[in-house]
Amino acid sequence: MTDSSTAGTSTRPSAAKPKRSFLTQLEIDTRLLGMIGAFILVCLVFNVLTDGRFLTPRNIFNLTIQTVSVAIMATGMVFVIVTRHIDLSVGAMLATCSAAMAVTQTDLLPKMFGLGLGHPLTPWIAIAVGLVVGAFIGAFQGWLIGYLTIPAFIVTLGGLLIWRNVAWYMTDGQTIGPLDDTFQKFGGINGTVGETWSWVIGIIAVIVALWALWSSRRNKVNHEFPVKPLWAEALVGVVIAVGILGFVAILNAYEVPTARLLREFEARGEVMPDNYTAAYGIPYSVLLLIAIAIGMTVLAKRTRLGRYIFATGGNPDAAELSGINTRLLTVKIFALMGALVALSAVVASARLTNHSNDIGTLDELRVIAAAVIGGTALAGGIGTIHGAILGALIMQSLQSGMAMVGVDAPLQNIVVGAVLVLAVWIDIVYRRRTGGK
Amino acid sequence: MTPLVELKNISLSFGGVRAVDNVSLDLHPGEVVGLLGHNGAGKSTLIKILAGAYQMDEGEIWIEGKKVNIQSPRDARRHNIETIYQTLALADNLDAPSNLFLGRELTNRFGLVDDAQMEAETRKIMARLNPNFKKISEPVSALSGGQRQSVAIARAVYFNAKILIMDEPTAALGVHESKMVADLIKELKAQGLGIFLISHDTREMLDLCDRVSVMKNGALIGTEKVGDVTEDDILSMIIMGKARDAA
Ligand SMILES: Nc1ncnc2c1ncn2[C@@H]1O[C@H](COP(=O)(O)OP(=O)(O)OP(=O)(O)O)[C@@H](O)[C@H]1O
Ligand SMILES: [Mg+2]
Repeated sequence: MTDSSTAGTSTRPSAAKPKRSFLTQLEIDTRLLGMIGAFILVCLVFNVLTDGRFLTPRNIFNLTIQTVSVAIMATGMVFVIVTRHIDLSVGAMLATCSAAMAVTQTDLLPKMFGLGLGHPLTPWIAIAVGLVVGAFIGAFQGWLIGYLTIPAFIVTLGGLLIWRNVAWYMTDGQTIGPLDDTFQKFGGINGTVGETWSWVIGIIAVIVALWALWSSRRNKVNHEFPVKPLWAEALVGVVIAVGILGFVAILNAYEVPTARLLREFEARGEVMPDNYTAAYGIPYSVLLLIAIAIGMTVLAKRTRLGRYIFATGGNPDAAELSGINTRLLTVKIFALMGALVALSAVVASARLTNHSNDIGTLDELRVIAAAVIGGTALAGGIGTIHGAILGALIMQSLQSGMAMVGVDAPLQNIVVGAVLVLAVWIDIVYRRRTGGK
Repeated sequence: MTPLVELKNISLSFGGVRAVDNVSLDLHPGEVVGLLGHNGAGKSTLIKILAGAYQMDEGEIWIEGKKVNIQSPRDARRHNIETIYQTLALADNLDAPSNLFLGRELTNRFGLVDDAQMEAETRKIMARLNPNFKKISEPVSALSGGQRQSVAIARAVYFNAKILIMDEPTAALGVHESKMVADLIKELKAQGLGIFLISHDTREMLDLCDRVSVMKNGALIGTEKVGDVTEDDILSMIIMGKARDAA
């Protein structure tokens, strides 16, 4: 039988345009808006529960740097889940990458090349080694999945056991630290760009964002496509500008404690002037996350590779029939996941200032939860990078908020688990209502 | 004149089922060859071999007098073979332009996919194929069966095919849209394309095709010029599974 026996429904004239609502005119994804709303709600509730301690510059700063590691991996997990796979091994891979980088900078480089901790090349060589290890492990797992057609669930479940213990053998189960000083700057509080540069970066970001809005509008006008009203465009622009500059202002409002400043001046052999203050500003790790987010978004939306990832997720057979090499694509996706895990390992081990055996434990669950809360559909074909990052932020806010309120760890986990299930259920209801898949 | 396509003694089995059994067919430029047969006769399987979706067990494919090796859909596209699959082969989560250009995206000077350009091209070709088509930037899962079929047809005719394979292209189309596809087939034929057309509508086939081939249980029953046969002759070939002379 033919699989499409429904006869000509396409002659039906398209429904008369209903009056366009405020939100449709803005062309904003209502799902994204809902997530931002949920995030704000979580923040406000915890702020009340903690008598205003939750929304202080200090806590927002901490929340931001705690989110980075999971958020970086979540962007890669979006592609994995979009293509109907899963990666349970990211936490264990993170440990292997972290171990490789720690051994490189504390053992291999000093012994083999005489480059000690503090040598300008040390951190970069270590990071390069981590990236190669991560990408290689990822590519290998991708090859098992794509070419040998072993289900991703099984390959990465095996990986979960294997890579954590490979990491153990690499370090004989020992904690390795302290790590290189420059390397540690990727951890968060030990590496920030300072007040002035934060403003410069913020202003450049605003200019770039507004330019992108404007050029996309101009592009549409050139092709005579419908554009949203000018006031809507302007409103979106203002919201973005206020958001970016507000974020910079908050990070800049978190001042370095006087004791630490004193120590820094002493270390340089100088005397600190009276009433001297300095703010942390944007951490390097956050800049790294932003760069990755932009890169991954461009990859998803504007490159062939991204198009093939989503096409394969939507209909693997159609992708194959369109000449897409879906096996090789699987290898690429998992290699990319591995490279992102390596970057995440840089941030995580730098934040701890050492490599420890249990680094990244249970991260696979946090990363998958972040991607799923962020709207990535396990059925494949649907997901966004910004959603996954927001998902990571919501999870971290819940966790930190509960810790501040004094909820004990077991209950924290119970709540996070319940929220994950609830979020997916809301998503299902939402998609059913809006007619999406 | 060398035929555009020659399929020589093609066979393919799925497990124990001989889906295509020693079939030979040819197709000339500017010719429409129809494939008829009951459900499961092997029509789709045969053309999927030409389209690169399946690899034959035995047989040869010759294109413009040269033996070719078609291992994948990409190989088929390289020989200017375009296919409208019975299942349409659309990625439901993507919009019409992304589906139309899937695997052959237009890019700008930075190598990034140029969605605006692809949308403009899609609007142009859809205006020709199905003027009622308005849902350009919605996922194709939101389209009706006929609209989806229009997207699949647009994809096959956009890229200057020399050889066009249409597996039940009008199955989901309304009367008006079917007429437009029929006109399109005549136009493409006039431009010198060779077309393999599969349909269960015998009358439509006699109207559009130059020759029709009938298959049954994977084997070719016979090929006839449409001028030489009546609709009843064809129907009896399909049902009896015997060539006309023998009948
Ligand atoms: N991928 C497959 N795996 C196993 N068997 C298959 C496969 N595809 C087709 N077959 C079998 O091959 C035979 C021919 O199928 P095919 O799809 O070519 O028929 P068809 O002539 O196109 O029929 P219809 O008119 O229903 O589209 C059938 O017996 C079918 O069950
Ligand atoms: Mg068929």
